[in-house]
Amino acid sequence: MDKRLLLDARTLQIMLDRLCHQLMEDHGDFSQTRLIGLQPRGSLFAKRLQQRLCHFTGKAIPLGLLDVTFYRDDFRRRDEPLVASVTDIPFDIEKKKVILIDDVLFTGRTLRAGFDALLDFGRPEQVQLLCLIERKFSRHFPIEPDYLGQSVHTLNTQKVVVSWAESEGQDSVWLLSR
Amino acid sequence: MQNESLSVRHLISIRDLSIADIELIFRTADQFKEVINRPIKKVPSLRDITVANLFFESSTRTKLSFELAEKRLSADVVNFSASGSSVSKGETLIDTVNNILAMKVDMVVMRHPSPGAPVFLSRHCSAVIVNAGDGAHEHPTQALLDAYSMRETHGSLQGLKVAIIGDILHSRVAMSNLFCLRKMGAEVLLCGPKTLIQRPLLQQPDILISHNTEEALRWCDVAMVLRIQLERQNTRFFPSQREYARVFGINRALLDKVGKPITIMHPGPINRGVEITSEVADGPGNIILDQVENGVAVRMAALYLLAGQIRIPDTA
Repeated sequence: MDKRLLLDARTLQIMLDRLCHQLMEDHGDFSQTRLIGLQPRGSLFAKRLQQRLCHFTGKAIPLGLLDVTFYRDDFRRRDEPLVASVTDIPFDIEKKKVILIDDVLFTGRTLRAGFDALLDFGRPEQVQLLCLIERKFSRHFPIEPDYLGQSVHTLNTQKVVVSWAESEGQDSVWLLSR
Repeated sequence: MQNESLSVRHLISIRDLSIADIELIFRTADQFKEVINRPIKKVPSLRDITVANLFFESSTRTKLSFELAEKRLSADVVNFSASGSSVSKGETLIDTVNNILAMKVDMVVMRHPSPGAPVFLSRHCSAVIVNAGDGAHEHPTQALLDAYSMRETHGSLQGLKVAIIGDILHSRVAMSNLFCLRKMGAEVLLCGPKTLIQRPLLQQPDILISHNTEEALRWCDVAMVLRIQLERQNTRFFPSQREYARVFGINRALLDKVGKPITIMHPGPINRGVEITSEVADGPGNIILDQVENGVAVRMAALYLLAGQIRIPDTA
């Protein structure tokens, strides 16, 4: 397995801060904004983003975690069903501006399921998508992020892995090839 | 993201399940419990699955619970009950089921008065079978939801002391609970009149037995009270219901005398004033309605995990 570093900790931090400033530009005082991280990996990214936003704005913007396992379109098409993670959305999303957060945007199928899952909690005024990494030319659905860290060119056989200090010991993004 | 699946294709007996299977069902039920408390309590997972609920014996809460679980998973549901069907015209079980399966049913949830009917069915038809109670043999989803409720209240089943009190002899719930709780590391004590406990169980050295309700209550953390199943008793096992209530029934005064917190459970339906007084059934420590709520989540988990193994043709 060949492993190539895409982003180191410093670049990742700069990118995170840039995304925070873009959000601050668009979302004003964040009073109507709610952050929702897609489980399992997007929620780690979302928690970090929430911390940085708090650092810049002094506000703890409400953060929820959403698991999409029961909404996936590959149920009964995999050898074994996926095990669901926790969903915890401790606020009402009705008429709110929701920012869905995931670490890697690949085929768009997880996010397609995410939209279905999200709407079971109410009708937000607006849903935006924030991703750290987008894998180009690999989408199965017409889904594009509103806020993006970086686009990368990858082969379908490759894998993009985002590591966080909290779970893996270091902040970094890697491209793995077989 | 982890992949995991059950080691069984059908859910017929707790004895077929591994500890890992039961833990997987519990973890999945945790997520479904959150789903059924959402504004929209429904997920689309089973939208291309058809489930037949075949109830050859009367049932209120199990049937409702299964039906709700199926509908909240978006499955198509057909219901069948023995009364008013061709069964009363002399049709055999396998003919009834094959006719229903010819209508392209993927899963069958069955309650039947004969022990072993679900095993028989699983050997002769292609659908996934879920046992919703077969005679006095097993009622696996009830045991799973009971164990799940205990885990929720006490954190873990390991070392938990559970007294099953009442009509053990006629109870499939008692059997499934005994298997499930012991498998998960809990200690189980069976308590009831000698006439209402199976003789083979009385003779097993590793099964705790008591014929004294007070003694059982002093020992346990959880008291699971069972109904006296009068409809299954064609001979007299005790002199009268009044005497049963006096000797084996659980009331406030008895719990006060024991003087420690005990979780009170009952799979329903309750005969108030016989095995348990209203004061106890509705009083502190009772989780009887939590059991009912958890029933839907646990059944959703079992159906979801079983359905996940039914592969869509051409995708294998």
